[in-house]
Amino acid sequence: MAAHGAVLSLCRFIKPFGGGRLGNTVKVFGTTLTSHRNKSGLNGDNIPPPAKYGGRHTVTLIPGDGIGPELLNHVREVFRFSCVPVDFEVVHVNSALETDDDMNNAITAIRRNGVALKGNIETKHTLPASVKSRNNVLRTSLDLYANVMHCQSLPGVQTRHKNIDIMIIRENTEGEYSSLEHESVSGVVESLKIITRNNSLRIAEYAFQLARDKGRRRVTAVHKANIMKLGDGLFLQCCKEVASGYPDITFDSMIVDNTTMQLVSKPQQFDVMVMPNLYGNVVSNVCAGLVGGPGLVPGANYGRDYAVFETATRNTGKSIAGRNIANPTALLLASCMMLDHLELNDHATSIRNAVLTTMNETRLHTADIGGQGTTLEVVQSIMRIIQSKGQLTSEF
Amino acid sequence: ESLSTPSNTPETTRGMVQDPTQFDVLVMPNLYGDILSDLCAGLIGGLGVTPSGNIGANGVAIFESVHGTAPDIAGLDLANPTALLLSGVMMLRHMGLHDHAHKIQKACFDTIREKKVLTKDLGGNSKCSEFTADICRRVQDLD
Repeated sequence: MAAHGAVLSLCRFIKPFGGGRLGNTVKVFGTTLTSHRNKSGLNGDNIPPPAKYGGRHTVTLIPGDGIGPELLNHVREVFRFSCVPVDFEVVHVNSALETDDDMNNAITAIRRNGVALKGNIETKHTLPASVKSRNNVLRTSLDLYANVMHCQSLPGVQTRHKNIDIMIIRENTEGEYSSLEHESVSGVVESLKIITRNNSLRIAEYAFQLARDKGRRRVTAVHKANIMKLGDGLFLQCCKEVASGYPDITFDSMIVDNTTMQLVSKPQQFDVMVMPNLYGNVVSNVCAGLVGGPGLVPGANYGRDYAVFETATRNTGKSIAGRNIANPTALLLASCMMLDHLELNDHATSIRNAVLTTMNETRLHTADIGGQGTTLEVVQSIMRIIQSKGQLTSEF
Repeated sequence: ESLSTPSNTPETTRGMVQDPTQFDVLVMPNLYGDILSDLCAGLIGGLGVTPSGNIGANGVAIFESVHGTAPDIAGLDLANPTALLLSGVMMLRHMGLHDHAHKIQKACFDTIREKKVLTKDLGGNSKCSEFTADICRRVQDLD
């Protein structure tokens, strides 16, 4: 298997790369040595797929809390059934503990494998303010600066608004989530919102590059610069600067409160949106609600060297855990995004199509989208559809 | 029990989009209020029909509509007075004049419901004065 992998790798090295992908990467016997020079366009596509040994990828899996573990088990089932060449290294993170050991283990595992799939880790409000949210720690330690969410109306799901197709790019490392707060005077708390030129330029560059790669026409920056003149003002300024380098793409901006109003009345007007951290969180949730709920939308976090895939809206779904009613769609679609990232596009397409076809069956809708189907029924339907397409599968 | 009860602002915005009827009264800090109030205005028909009030200590209060000044239609008898009118109703309630408030609100809602004399932003082609006259007529009938 090792020789086979090596031959594959050498073949890929010889094959011409389109669009500057893997521009400075040398593949030798299955391992990837990457030069970090000339890393232009910090798009997720320019991160080299991680090392493959023997033709199989290793991905870190963090089950998380609530419905995470059960849904990720279903993902593994579907992968095993479809003979996807991915092995999962499971790392548990216990949200109740105050120590950071398990979190550090998870981060190390992701550094090692380069890619991760995770459920949401609960943030306990009762822990002291100095303890950062675990999800936050993950994002900042690995510098996963771009959170990308693709919100699309799904044909089988009934929603008030149709034909929504929005890409939301959210700055993932700073802004209101800097966890810098102090109480110099008792009863008066001051929180610091951090906006830096560097990170704003970086995220704007990511957004415009992604828009160009996906053939999108318009990028909208969401801000509140009329109030936060320096902070959001800097963000907006950076977006404008980057926009000047992409004359083929229309750039405009909108204040966040107006944005939410426009989203609930005329969401079809939006194409690609880029924004700082908190607004990104709010807008992501609004859009997830517009297309049918948190159970349907996958999300991806990209950094220069790592990529972590999860559901777009980070709920743990504690109240529905273990009852076989959670919607597996979001995590399954996230795993498909991961497969695309690993360049296992055939598997990604096959599973994605099976998921979307299953969505058309109202009978199989789970409770969160108004149906009475169970998680298991949905997963079995997906596996049946994959099998019916004639691909290689293991037994049911 | 709600399947996904929101526990923070972003989840609340999602909850608001999916099922706003689950909410009753919401209290929150400044920025979230800014975002959420515009979001909810979008849900009920926009800023042209949304009233608001700013209450201070000692009962000092300012009631206002939060839509723009619309210079393009100013002075042309085209604007929708609903937002400012309902803000006035809020003011009457604040002053304890509940009967008057109730009458005007009912008249206003009935006019909108009938759909006969709506202003342009609500899909009709009546003038502001016609819309207002209809409400006045209904108030008179309610007396």
